[in-house]
Amino acid sequence: MFDDLRDLYQEVIFDHNRNPRNFRVMPDADRKVEGFNPLCGDRLTLFLKITEGVIQDASFQGSGCAISTASVSLMTEIVKGKTEQEANQLFEMFHAMTTGKEDAINLESVGKLAVLAGVRDYPARVKCATLAWHTLEAALKNEQQSVSTE
Amino acid sequence: MSFDVTKIRADFPILDQQIRGKPLVYLDNAATCQKPQAVIDSIVQVYSCDYANVHRGVHALSERSTAAYEGAREKVRQFINARSDKEIVFVRGTTEAINLVAQSFGKAKIKQGDEILITAMEHHSNIVPWQMLCAQTGAVLKVAPINLQGELLLDDMLAMLNDRTRLVAVVHMSNALGSINPVAKIIAAAHARSIPVLLDGAQAVPHMPVDVQGLDCDFYVFSGHKLYAPSGVGVLYGKEALLEAMPPYQGGGDMIRKVTFEATEYNVLPYKFEAGTPNIAGVIGLGAALDYLSAIGMQNIAAYEAELLSYATQQASKIESLRIIGEARQKGAILSFVLQTVHPHDIGTMLDSIGIAIRAGHHCAMPVMDFFQVPATARASFAMYNTQQEIDVLMQGIAQLIEVFG
Repeated sequence: MFDDLRDLYQEVIFDHNRNPRNFRVMPDADRKVEGFNPLCGDRLTLFLKITEGVIQDASFQGSGCAISTASVSLMTEIVKGKTEQEANQLFEMFHAMTTGKEDAINLESVGKLAVLAGVRDYPARVKCATLAWHTLEAALKNEQQSVSTE
Repeated sequence: MSFDVTKIRADFPILDQQIRGKPLVYLDNAATCQKPQAVIDSIVQVYSCDYANVHRGVHALSERSTAAYEGAREKVRQFINARSDKEIVFVRGTTEAINLVAQSFGKAKIKQGDEILITAMEHHSNIVPWQMLCAQTGAVLKVAPINLQGELLLDDMLAMLNDRTRLVAVVHMSNALGSINPVAKIIAAAHARSIPVLLDGAQAVPHMPVDVQGLDCDFYVFSGHKLYAPSGVGVLYGKEALLEAMPPYQGGGDMIRKVTFEATEYNVLPYKFEAGTPNIAGVIGLGAALDYLSAIGMQNIAAYEAELLSYATQQASKIESLRIIGEARQKGAILSFVLQTVHPHDIGTMLDSIGIAIRAGHHCAMPVMDFFQVPATARASFAMYNTQQEIDVLMQGIAQLIEVFG
């Protein structure tokens, strides 16, 4: 019935929506930033543990749609062990992939995140996928204010 | 006349189309509703044959436009049973009408320490203009509570009326919940203390007969675009004595009688509140929409939509993980809901892929979402052209998407 949506809602997304990874509060986090899209109601708090420029741990809390939940869940998995610089590069790549500004982006280079490439055909949903990443960007810059992609 | 939905649907050309390969099921009527051919034709007619500026030209086209524009005012008067044409002010929509009352009536009459009473189920457009007025004047905004069914707690509200209350502003029918408020009782209680009452009729007017004299409300506001008319036009009804005493809202052409650099004499009602060239074609389109609705009969529309809502509610109740938000006993044709396992935005995208248009979000009523502790709801809102078959398609879609999300 929903065949047209297979590119948007891939099985990996359903899986992360049902069982979000790293879904926990991190009491000893070095960075804690809130991402909130008030129009949608997508809300998340991102926690990072950073030692000598390397992300040792990443986790989140919050509630949102499947796209935003899967996006933040996948993100916390992939950024663990990355340097801040590498995480920033991932942010750039993810942004280019989801906004479709860079057609030539190599989907292999983003690994698992490629499952979210489908949102670029759904302009109203891009902000759901990018909320996590803009929140990460703010956390890496050590900004405290709440982030929104609306 | 008997209600023939097939015939009505045939009057709405936009409904006859496929979306992503499936017949369009348009259930976002509380956001805005579609236009019948008669309204579309009226716009084509005015721009093809009769268009010129109103109230000023001596030439034939200006006379024709003015006659059609003022004719529409008379149609609005009849439609809501106002006493006089002078009480019908054309504005851009409900939002502008409320802002007009807040900035004109409010600034003149409301002082520091005064109270404005609204309810917890208001749309942002019946919250923010009052907050702005409170910030300007030092008045206080009071909010009457609702219960978990989405019903106004009337006794609590009436107990909040006091010697400082200067205005009560209440939604007639809630856009987020569908609740229809006991406005007659509110008006009677407020009037017993000589407090004027504004009713936000944006959602009520398309779904039920409204008689402003019968209600005895002091202001009644609504938009054209939810009433099968073009967007960008709306109505402020106000009792003549109140409007007469109010200062103008905006200055400009049409709202004046005489201008010198020393002083300006304002025009009479309703023109005092219609500065600048109005939405001429929009107003004429609104008149055409009211003709169309009057021929069908608002009572017939209300009865048909009550059947639709009752069917939709019954079918929705069969879906286990579905929770209806808004279960007032007095309710219009709106079904707001959440699913245990699927976020409203995913519901919206999934249903869109099979041709069903619903709204997902906070419906410009964020305090209502907070009250029900949901981030957003999915909302199917019905109009007179919807059918039971469409509700079946909606319910099948919901059942399927629950399965897909697992």
